[in-house]
Amino acid sequence: MASSVPRFREKAQVLDEAALDRALTRIAHEILEKNGGASEVAFVGLRTRGVTLAHRLAAKIAQIDGAALPVGTLDITLYRDDLGLRGAPLIRGTDIPFSIKNKTVILVDDVLFTGRTVRAALDAIIDLGRPKAIQLAILIDRGHRELPIRPDYVGKNLPTSRRESVAVRLREHDGEDRVVIEEPEEA
Amino acid sequence: MGWTRKHLLTMRELDASEIVLLIDTAASLQEIATREIKKVPALRGKTIVNLFYEPSTRTRTSFEIAGKWLSADVINFSAGGSSTTKGESFIDTAKTIAAMSPDVVIVRHSSAGAAELLARTLPCSIVNAGDGAHEHPTQALLDLLTIREKKAHFDGLHVAIVGDVAHSRVARSDIHGMRKLGMTVTVAGPPTLIPPFVQELGVKVSYRLEDAIRDVDVIMMLRLQHERMTNGLIPSLREYSRYWGLTLEKLASHARPDVLIMHPGPVNRGIELSPEVADGPYSVILDQVTKGVAVRMGVLLLLAGSKGEAP
Repeated sequence: MASSVPRFREKAQVLDEAALDRALTRIAHEILEKNGGASEVAFVGLRTRGVTLAHRLAAKIAQIDGAALPVGTLDITLYRDDLGLRGAPLIRGTDIPFSIKNKTVILVDDVLFTGRTVRAALDAIIDLGRPKAIQLAILIDRGHRELPIRPDYVGKNLPTSRRESVAVRLREHDGEDRVVIEEPEEA
Repeated sequence: MGWTRKHLLTMRELDASEIVLLIDTAASLQEIATREIKKVPALRGKTIVNLFYEPSTRTRTSFEIAGKWLSADVINFSAGGSSTTKGESFIDTAKTIAAMSPDVVIVRHSSAGAAELLARTLPCSIVNAGDGAHEHPTQALLDLLTIREKKAHFDGLHVAIVGDVAHSRVARSDIHGMRKLGMTVTVAGPPTLIPPFVQELGVKVSYRLEDAIRDVDVIMMLRLQHERMTNGLIPSLREYSRYWGLTLEKLASHARPDVLIMHPGPVNRGIELSPEVADGPYSVILDQVTKGVAVRMGVLLLLAGSKGEAP
């Protein structure tokens, strides 16, 4: 499969380290404001970078409010609507070591695109119990939704074309905090 | 990297990275067993047939549970209540089942090579759930997963496989898997139950239990397979049990204090294992059964969840 994977080159920088950090700080404040504090709030990050962002948001809220919120990890592979279309699935595991029952779950991912990943994540979370509410926090909303899904917290709205790609680079994985738009090299 | 096979027939044909991928996938799926709602939609709309020509409790049940937890439809076929009793041949029965378009057929048969024959004949994926004294790959995978969880690694571990090695498909699959992952294997049993040329699989041979279990990390006790035995291989059950039965006294005086005791089941209590050992603190026999469901979920997911090409 994938005989013609396009190579991407950087087109523009969207967020630098300071701007990324400011966006997360603002989202942390918005979460506290919208939920009237941090009680009964829990984070669930989508593998891989959503988990890292969820940990950072939890750390921000700990600084602001003093509350230590739980952070879980969700692998939505078993819930994908394209399972089997991309070759053998690679399962890395869900790890949510707390009850989500009656909690307000903040689902965290790096980029919101078609909405299909979030659709799968909603099913996966509800299979684990009945949360009081699920809210969606996204670092970059790049548009092109294919499902009726809307984020509650957005780091940055970024109009893109479908042929472009958004790369969220985080210190923990990529050695730097930066968001860039990439475009395919000469087709 | 990545799973590309259509069938799972033997451990012999897998390379170390494929074995590790299967074990990693199974390990990640274990969490489903702890959920309140034990079901994920991954294999919705897939049909899995358990085609069992030999009796089985744990293998058939765990494949069935694994398929159901992944939302597949699982059909159980056992030779007893089927047209086989009217004289239908193995291949005709298999073709009949294949005509109903299953995605995966899991087969157990008393003849070595039965699974491979189906793989060459039927259009669907085949999983070998035990063929004669040849191989039983999912048992080896669950043994390996159990060992990794208890010992945290494979490299340099020493395993003794003890008892009726000649009739054991589990022993063959375990030997292939353990050798590929860098473990040392000693097989031990009375000379009549050790297959000739077994050294060619890269294992050591011992004819004395006390020597075989000294300094090993894992003792895999095999079931004495009365049903496959023609007369004369062992003088008597009592004698076998005296020389080859694992008891607390033998463990205490010869084995390491942190040794794992494993058994593929079903246990002949009082023959190869004393009840105190089977139920004792060294025993991980029930862990093996629990891991069995996770391993079979992993196998079914990789085989049935990877049909088709990228759009």
